Amino acid sequence: MNGFFDLPSDLQHSYLGLVGLHLREALLPVLAGLLLSLPIAQLCVRFRWVYPPVLGLTTVLYAIPSLAFFVVLIDYFGQSETTVMIPLALYSLVVLVPAIVDGVRSVPPETLAAAQAMGFGAVRRYFQVQLPIAVPAIIAGLRVATVSSISLVSVGMLIGNQGALGNMLYDAQIYHRPVLAVNAVLTIAVLGLLADAALVLVRLLLTPWMPRKGAAR
Amino acid sequence: MIRIDSVTKRYPDGTVAVDRLSLDIPDRAITVLVGPSGCGKTTTLRMINRMVEPSEGGILLDGKDIRQQPVNTLRRSMGYVIQNAGLFQHRTILDNIATVPRLLGRPKQQARARAAELMERVGLDTALAKRYPYQLSGGQQQRVGVARALAADPPVLLMDEPFSAVDPVVRKGLQDELLRIQSELGKTIVFVTHDIDEAIKLGTMVAVLRTGGRLAQFAPPAELLSAPADPFVEDFLGADRGIRRLSFFPTTELELQTAPVVAVDAGAEQLASRAGAPYLLVTDLDGRPLGWSEPDRLTAGAVDTDRLLPYGRPFVPGTDSLRTALDGAVLSPTGWAVAVDGEGRAVGVVSQQVIGEAIRTAHSRVAEQAAEHAAGQAEVKAG
Repeated sequence: MNGFFDLPSDLQHSYLGLVGLHLREALLPVLAGLLLSLPIAQLCVRFRWVYPPVLGLTTVLYAIPSLAFFVVLIDYFGQSETTVMIPLALYSLVVLVPAIVDGVRSVPPETLAAAQAMGFGAVRRYFQVQLPIAVPAIIAGLRVATVSSISLVSVGMLIGNQGALGNMLYDAQIYHRPVLAVNAVLTIAVLGLLADAALVLVRLLLTPWMPRKGAAR
Repeated sequence: MIRIDSVTKRYPDGTVAVDRLSLDIPDRAITVLVGPSGCGKTTTLRMINRMVEPSEGGILLDGKDIRQQPVNTLRRSMGYVIQNAGLFQHRTILDNIATVPRLLGRPKQQARARAAELMERVGLDTALAKRYPYQLSGGQQQRVGVARALAADPPVLLMDEPFSAVDPVVRKGLQDELLRIQSELGKTIVFVTHDIDEAIKLGTMVAVLRTGGRLAQFAPPAELLSAPADPFVEDFLGADRGIRRLSFFPTTELELQTAPVVAVDAGAEQLASRAGAPYLLVTDLDGRPLGWSEPDRLTAGAVDTDRLLPYGRPFVPGTDSLRTALDGAVLSPTGWAVAVDGEGRAVGVVSQQVIGEAIRTAHSRVAEQAAEHAAGQAEVKAG
């Protein structure tokens, strides 16, 4: 009962169950954020004037406390995972949209001119040239968004048992078991590091074309 | 033939990039558009594959308006080489070159086989096929750019300052390579540069444009050098116009003297028989030139090769131009140029005076030809 990984029964999950839940609640919003950001970023690249207001909007969204979101969203989705994940997805936009815009804009103008001159249509040029070259910038954005999302999930405990590992913090308080808090914080930190390392690996696999440090010419 | 017909490009802010430009770009030749920055040369080039649409006028390709076919079909039928190569950094060299064949729907294997073939044609080691652009030098990247433009075997090649960003030695190599490839493939090439020397070296025809996008002169390079249309063209051509023009005069008819050439082991009798010449060219036993000497300084059978005078740069008669021959003559303190064969063996010598006469003969021949062809000359519609 008092082992490091033994959890109070009101959490309704084993330790590993909570880890799985935490990852799902953290990563699904980032994925949704990415799917949302791609078309938004493309609009911002295509119509330059769209970018500043979009940037302002994402910043404002990020500034809204999650509690405020919960108050509104509970009316529609109840005290559910969805209510926790929607604000997280919106928060990720503040990092992902600029990352993708910068990535797509970083494609050298002569590369774009060459693509145009060789007869790439706009769609083909986006998927075969701009997006692949933006991958390093997009993954850099995903790393920040993912780690921040993993840490933010904990606030879900505010609406009753929807904070995954964050719920352990609450239990640590009411049961006077600080070790639960230590466990939660350490686990969240390790998950963040692992997710970050996984994204670095994905980038290495997707971009064999990037200069490596110390690589011979 | 590409006919640029009274084309004007005016931007919304009122800037005129190209002003009523008309040019007939001949088939299977290199036409160079040259001029200072802001003369509209790149804009003109980009109007040919519709990356820029003209405000007025039109462009005909083999008699048909280029707007009659879908824009991407037009572009895939024209190779395009750009400054800094513009390679796809996320694709291997082989896949970069295979781009247009793949766009045209050719099978991957076939496109890659063709790409490998092109790597050899542009002088790239096929061992580089699986590398990425960042692993190549600037010169190699530019070769990939040329190979990529040639991949679908387009009849037309558009080149936008392709060699401007590489160092002079590499640039010369790339220029020679382009001339070699062109002699094999015979493409219709439109080449943009701001470098008049590059224009004169590469161009079959050279169009000099002035700021504001107006045509100053459209002529073969030799004619440009001998008869610049106005002070702007003359100024743009720069100094040494006369000397540079000699590049277009052949050395085929130069009369070479063989008497002043002696081998290093020449006997006393042979030396005595040549004593009339002011200088003798001493060669090694294979006939390669070693240097000049006054006849009375030579000792029979034992020439001191350290005391010979330098012989400048030899020229190959028939291959090199009068410019190279004259350069050799003025480089040597004796005033004589040395002619060698392909293996570098001396085949004769020629004095500055004889070269001077050859230049005068060439001039008068050009003047006669110009008079004969004056009526038949292609009409150049300037400005």
